[in-house]
Parts: sequence; structure tokens; C-alpha cells
Amino acid sequence: MSRTLSRSLARLSQVGFRPSANAPYKSFTSTNASLKCAPTLRALQSRQLPLSRRAFSTTPQRRHGHVTPPKAGEELWVTFIDKEGEEHKFAVSAGDNLLDIAQANDLEMEGACGGSCACSTCHVIVEGEDYYDKMPEPEDDENDMLDLAFGLTETSRLGCQVKMTKELDGLVVRLPSMTRNMQASDFQ
Amino acid sequence: MLLSFGRRAAWPSHQVHLRASVRNFSVSRCVSRHADAPFRLAVVGSGPAGFYTAYRVMSKLPQARVDMYEALPVPFGLVRHGVAPDHPEVKNCQEKFDEVATSPNFTFVGNVSIGLPGHQSEHCTIPLKVLTSHYDSILFAYGASEDKKLHIPGESSLNGIYSARQFVGWYNGHPDCTELAPDLSRSEEAVIIGQGNVALDVARILLEDVDVLRKTDISETALAQLAQSRVKRVHVVGRRGPMQAAFTIKEVRELMKLSDVSFHGVDNSLMPEALDTLPRAAKRLMEVLRKGTPTNPSNTPKSWSLDSCLSPKAFVGSKLNPSHVGGTEFYVTKLEDPFNPRSSVSLTEETMTLPSDIAFRSVGYKSVALPGFAEAGIHFDEKRGVIKNDGVGRAIQLPTDTGNSIETQPSALPGVYCAGWVKNGPTGVIASTMRDAFITGDAVVQDWLSGAPFLGSSANGTAEGWAAVSADVGALSKQVVTWDQWRQIDQAERERGSEKGKERDKFTDVGDMLNSIT
Repeated sequence: MSRTLSRSLARLSQVGFRPSANAPYKSFTSTNASLKCAPTLRALQSRQLPLSRRAFSTTPQRRHGHVTPPKAGEELWVTFIDKEGEEHKFAVSAGDNLLDIAQANDLEMEGACGGSCACSTCHVIVEGEDYYDKMPEPEDDENDMLDLAFGLTETSRLGCQVKMTKELDGLVVRLPSMTRNMQASDFQ
Repeated sequence: MLLSFGRRAAWPSHQVHLRASVRNFSVSRCVSRHADAPFRLAVVGSGPAGFYTAYRVMSKLPQARVDMYEALPVPFGLVRHGVAPDHPEVKNCQEKFDEVATSPNFTFVGNVSIGLPGHQSEHCTIPLKVLTSHYDSILFAYGASEDKKLHIPGESSLNGIYSARQFVGWYNGHPDCTELAPDLSRSEEAVIIGQGNVALDVARILLEDVDVLRKTDISETALAQLAQSRVKRVHVVGRRGPMQAAFTIKEVRELMKLSDVSFHGVDNSLMPEALDTLPRAAKRLMEVLRKGTPTNPSNTPKSWSLDSCLSPKAFVGSKLNPSHVGGTEFYVTKLEDPFNPRSSVSLTEETMTLPSDIAFRSVGYKSVALPGFAEAGIHFDEKRGVIKNDGVGRAIQLPTDTGNSIETQPSALPGVYCAGWVKNGPTGVIASTMRDAFITGDAVVQDWLSGAPFLGSSANGTAEGWAAVSADVGALSKQVVTWDQWRQIDQAERERGSEKGKERDKFTDVGDMLNSIT
């Protein structure tokens, strides 16, 4: 247990999480009353449950570790709203992309092509047009993949192509819901 | 609602409120099943659908034990043998699959087929009923191993007509396709019938500079034959127009970017004049087609065209060599509503012929039923080439002929699931296959946790999985290729490749694959 805990702490500190009481979590909300606590604590609690160990715990994390721990005072904040509507707020460094940030924090984002802009599995929806407009315009190849993305919106981007910058501090992105509503026509 | 604690975290059963099951069995038969009750799942097929479903189930049921059966000694299905060699980035998903396969709860059972005879004598075939007796659940994710035919005169009698599926398998080194040996030196013109991404892959491989392909993991045989190719002009022919075509923008854009290759221009009458009226994806695709290439066919050595509104009528023999195709005859068709992506199409009396000594049939892949399906009550839809399912991957029971017409509601077959092309038909990219595999995986997990009936094997005890299956098949199980052995094959292929300046030089013969295992 202590190993699991220290590993969680190590991972969290990698992205600038300090389990202190004065971290800026004021905006944090949750859809479940039992989880209404700071995300650091909640993340640790969830890892203390015996069943919530990683299923592939013997495998080293391959694509994790692309994120750089932010220097004190230079933290940029980004919030992911997951498929259940829960918010996860992280302190990150300029230059980190959203796919790496999500994966480093065990959010449900695949990145099947390893962040090479060749699939649409890291599709995110930018909340707020002002933030979307602050990003450099997507290149053709990103747009080509977005054309195939499920649940495409006006402010959709690929997580692997969005790098954090000072202008994007406070960014909020939503992970599109994976499950679709089954239609009668699907039952053929 | 469903809660999940992150990507790889498990699913604590006591916090899960399952939605009402849509399965059609009596609720009173359901028993509550604890999340850590052992669960044995057999996955048939090792492509993206099989791996992503296994991954999903293993993430949510930590006690799941997954055995993955693969007919070849090598894994990854169409990621290895379908994805074009010049799309290496698409194959990066193999890293995730390797991570899944490395779990102690996962066993790769390679060089073993279910029901069907194998690729050579050093192979193990397991009857489906052996599998059903040793698992709680079976997931069919074996894809589409056949292709749809045109059913027109000359198709099976003339030489020089190739299946695009086999051509793709051939340049990707699939052991079943090494014999194809397409003669690309016969003709300067090639006709590809079909306008999906496979058709565009074939066009691109035919038109691309062979020195670009040399650095990829394309098969050496294919490389040698492509180096001899005289093909300069490729027709990609469809029954309908660009607004109805199945290809996606990435593949079109790649063709437009090939050096020394021009596009003949698209028929503008088949798309709206003002593209702004179209939905985003269609608009962007039509813009790429309308823009075409900066060069034109008169000043580049190679070119290609989209030939719309042509329905194949017959292949005709060549005048010089009547046993060989010399051209393809088409009916000219008429679109009911050219700008509507779902427009119907009808034949006119007008016909035309495209002369070419090489033709490819690329009108879709098709899954086939495995021997033993009927006995197991699995309903295979021969027309669509899919396992009948409830839309989220639960196989539907073969209707029993009881003469009772009241029993019209199809019922789910306990413990039997499907994912990928054998579930949905042959369409979709990695992302859509992954999303769909997760939907099947969620159905498996939901059924297990809600106490739904599974295969009979666990009714009186625990399913033993591969250990019991291998005991049943006896000495044949020595032919099995494990994940560690696949890694030896992988290593050998990489070493062969590095000598040639490419990432990998695939073995195209099952014997050579097995011989590289120490």
C-alpha cells in the first residue's frame, strides 16, 4: 500500500501537485457527493481501494513522462472535464501537450497513434471560444483527423496538437462522451 | 451512473450502479457476481478490436484472465497486414497492445485457429466447442478474411484481375497472399473498382515513388515487383459520385501530394457549386478534390482520376491474349440526387469501356462464419457478413425453429460477444474500432457484474481457460506461439530490416516465422 501511495505521490508531484491545503482547488466540483474533496486526496483515496490498482501494474509506463514538472511560480493551469462530468485540474508547464498531460494523470484518453496526429482518439472539446481562438489554428492534418472524430464540435481539437502556453493558462477542455445512444436502426 | 477511476484503474463493484440490463433472459436467473470472481475470456483474433476489447475488460475486471487466439504466429491483424506501409504512425497502437499482452493476466495463443485449418502442418486447430467448454465468455474479433465479389462475367475466368484485399495483404507480407504475384509490367493503365480507402491505398502504392516505399516495412517481394511496374495511369472507379464515396480526406490528400503524380480533376457537376453549404467534413473533402494537384497530367509521368457513375458490367479479354483481361466494361449510372451522400443510383443504357490489362476489385471485405457457429447457436448474417448482435456486441441466438411464431424477439446468447469488423461490417479506422471495442467491453463487464448468465463452463466450477484447452488438444498444443516467442520473431524481423535500412523486414512465410524462434 505504501508503495502504491508513494508512486501516486511521485506521479502527482511530477505534474506539480503538492498535497497541501492551500492549492487552488476552489473551482473544483464533482458529480458525486462522496467525492467532494480535493482531487489530490480523492486520487489517493481511489488508489487505496484494493480493486483500483492498475490492471497492468507490472508494465512500465511507456508514454508517460513526457510532461515537465512546472517550476514554482510558472505553473499553468488546465482543467479536464471527464466523460462523467468530473473536473480534474492540473498545474503544468508551458510546452506540454494535452494528451501527455491527460495520460500522465491517468485520465481516460487513448492517443492510439502515440501523439502523431494520425488518429482522433485524443479528441478534446475546448470550453469557451476565447480559449479556442487563442490557440494556433489547426493544420490540415489535424483537421483531417478531426473530420473523423466522434462528436465533433466547433471548438474540437486533438489533444496531442495543443501545447500549453501562457495565453492558455486556465484552459478548460472536455473529453467527448464515448458511448453513443443506440438507435433502433442499429439493431438490424 | 457509472464511475471510473481513471484510464487504467479498476472498477470497484460496490460503487457501481448498473443500468438495467437489456438482455433478454429472466431476471430471476441472475445471480449477483462479485467483482473479484474469476472471469475467463477467450478472444478470437489479435487485431485492434480484440486488443482494445481485452484492454477494456481487463481494466474494469482486474480478475479477468484473457487468452487471445491468433491463427498466425504473429499478432495485430490488420494493423500489421492492412495498414499501409507508408503509414507507420498508425501502427503506434501496437505499443498499447504490447502493454496489454505483457499483463500476467493475458496469454497470447498464436499459430492456433478456431475451427479452420491452419496455414501449414505446424499448426494447431481447435474446434469451437472445445473453446466454449473452457471459458466463461468468448469474444469474436477475427475480422474479415474474404472480399466481396462483383459477380460479373470474366471476374473469375480472366487473368490480371486482383482482389485489393489480397494485394494489400501481399504488399504487407501476409503469408496467405505471397502467391499473388501481380504482374505490374503488363500495362500502363490500371483500373481499381471501388472508392474506399483500400482503393486509394492501392492507388497510392501503385503511383508512389518506389524509393519512398523502400524505407517502409513493405514486403521485399512487393518492392521488387513494384520496381518493375509500368503503371502510369490509375482509374479509381465508383458507381456513384465524390459526394457518396467512402474514402476519407487523409488518403485523398496524400494522393494529391505525391511527387510527379497529377490528378485529372473531379467532375464538378457532382458536387454543389457553393461548398460552404456542406457539413464540415464533406466540405473539406470536396475542397481537396476540387483543388486537385498543382501539376496537370500532361507534365507529370503518372496520374490518377476518380471515375464516377460507372457500374462494372463485365471484364473483357485482351485481343492479343484472350485469357487475360484487356478492359473493363461499365454501365453509366445516374444519381437520383448527386449532392446527397445517400443518393440512390440507377443504371442507364449507356456503356463505356476502360482499357487496362490490370484491374483491382476493391468493393469491400467480408467476414465468414467459423465452423461450429450453428452448433453453438451463433447467428451469422451471411448477407451482411457479420455476427448478429444487439448493437453493443452481444451475440444474438440463432432463432430456433419451434413453429411458434410468438417467439420473434431475438435473445442474447449468454457469454458470446463480438467486436470489430465481424460485428459491424468492414468499415472504420483505428479510432472508431477502439470506441466500438470499448462498447463491447463495457457490455461484457456489465453482464458479468450484474450476474447475467455466461457460458455453461463456470456453472459447476471455474473455467480453466487455455490450460484446459491445451490438455484437450494434446500434443498439437506444442505448436503454440507465445508472446515471448512472438517477440523473438519481432526481433528477427527488425534485425533483417535494419540490414536493409528499414524498420522491419517481415517474414512472409509461416515456416520462416517459426524458424526464427529459438
